[in-house]
Amino acid sequence: MSPVIDIRGLSAASQAGPVLRDVSLQVMQGEAMALVGESGAGKSTIAKAVLGILPAAIRVTAGGIFFAGTNLLSLPERQMRELLGVRIALIPQDPQTSLNPSRRIGDQLTDGLRLRAGLNRKDAWARALALLGDVHIRDPELVLTRYPHELSGGMRQRVLIAQAFSLKPDVIIADEPTTALDVTVQKQVLRLIRNLQRDHGTALLFVSHDLGVVAQICDRITVLYGGKVLEQGSTAEVLRNPAHAYTRALLAANPRYDQPERNLKPVPEDLIAELRRENGG
Amino acid sequence: MLVAAQNLTLDVPDMGHHALFGRRRMLRILKDVSLEIGRGETLGIVGESGSGKTSLGRMLLRLHEPSQGRLLFDGSDITHLQPDKMKPLRRRMQMIFQDPQSSLNPRRSIGAILSGAMRLHGIEAGGRTLTALLARVGLPASALTRYPHQLSGGQRQRVGIARAIALKPEFVVADEIVSGLDVSTQAQVLDLLRGLKSEFGLALAFISHDLSVVRHICDRVVIMRAGEIIESGATADIFKTPKSPFTQALIDAIPLPEPDPGWLEG
Repeated sequence: MSPVIDIRGLSAASQAGPVLRDVSLQVMQGEAMALVGESGAGKSTIAKAVLGILPAAIRVTAGGIFFAGTNLLSLPERQMRELLGVRIALIPQDPQTSLNPSRRIGDQLTDGLRLRAGLNRKDAWARALALLGDVHIRDPELVLTRYPHELSGGMRQRVLIAQAFSLKPDVIIADEPTTALDVTVQKQVLRLIRNLQRDHGTALLFVSHDLGVVAQICDRITVLYGGKVLEQGSTAEVLRNPAHAYTRALLAANPRYDQPERNLKPVPEDLIAELRRENGG
Repeated sequence: MLVAAQNLTLDVPDMGHHALFGRRRMLRILKDVSLEIGRGETLGIVGESGSGKTSLGRMLLRLHEPSQGRLLFDGSDITHLQPDKMKPLRRRMQMIFQDPQSSLNPRRSIGAILSGAMRLHGIEAGGRTLTALLARVGLPASALTRYPHQLSGGQRQRVGIARAIALKPEFVVADEIVSGLDVSTQAQVLDLLRGLKSEFGLALAFISHDLSVVRHICDRVVIMRAGEIIESGATADIFKTPKSPFTQALIDAIPLPEPDPGWLEG
């Protein structure tokens, strides 16, 4: 099987120095791959690079991101825009700022269906109604006529998930999609993403700082520090039997309610120093 | 008990309700809340967004005046105390905020922020005092001349803690203070908090949505929902045998860092 997303030797830099260092990873069809690490690890930068929305201050210095045999990095902007939302979609972190506050949910959800999938207004509305049903929104007719601020955070995130899956993309990038949600809502939303992803056979690149969340939803994990891949493997393997000292340190710092007696240990300073040295200071 | 809340209720005007005449409709934010916090004790205040946990924390510090009920601090009734009578008590009770980015004045150096907090209570702090204060929260003396934006999130949260402990308070309300931090930084801040608690015999109200963190740091817990305490008890007991199905659901919703194929279905 060939990968849906194939990142090869990707390096990127800002004025302050390298932000990605020779990153290689593949996401297969129907597979959920986690990008985990602390802030500054480069996980969001990788997600942005795949979506072609890197900030102007960050330049790619080497490598490529291959999607269906094409290097996305050398694709003209116009062709990239044609892929976004259609074959490569995003579930953003913050449902608050990711919907247009001045347009009704129905109008926002039918945009892609009309302009990209070529449905007429009536069919697009009917499809949007079905999509809201897929993400278990009650009273979908009513919700379509509402503005974002009239919905709860969990509802808004469901709308964004419906939108991401609406054009049956090959791959979805989910950037901390449940970080802003309460735990009970988070669990429902994770279940939703996992079920839709399985039903559609979508490849999922899932950015998260939460090892508990990725354990329940991802097949494989890539652990990053300072823009470099430290470890990659199946979720069970990486979490039960981590190969890298940094992964072990992350697990040791992570509080678990079922292990209250265990002392929480920060990542040791000498390990950080060693990782920084390997990354050239 | 250092802090005691007895049947506290908080009503605020409903800003979403427009009435041309008559009284504005009131919203009940907290209903009949009772709790106690002793010296050296950490009480977890847990709930989802909108449960009233932040309002409760602010009311325990008398930043909100209760609509009904009584609030006691060190044995005296402070429920309706006037601001001038509250002032001497203020230095004995402090708050650490969730977001040090927005709770530290970006235009003042760390030294000015800390000395300003002390001057408010008539204490002039010299360089040595401030350096010792920074050292206690694990920051170098060089941080004194830095500005908030020049520090990392974890360092800023340490400044927030330094500001709160500068006056050696007896009671501290910590509102979601580790929720924006990486796990490693979170572990450091929790360790710092634990040390300060035993050193000063602090009574701590630890407000959090994160039950895993609460399990590690709190002696007792109250679980809030829609402005009410629906369950309270020793942390170990609540996790072992939660009485309320809501508490059970909150615990069940926490994903553990090991694959559990049944978890998402449950």
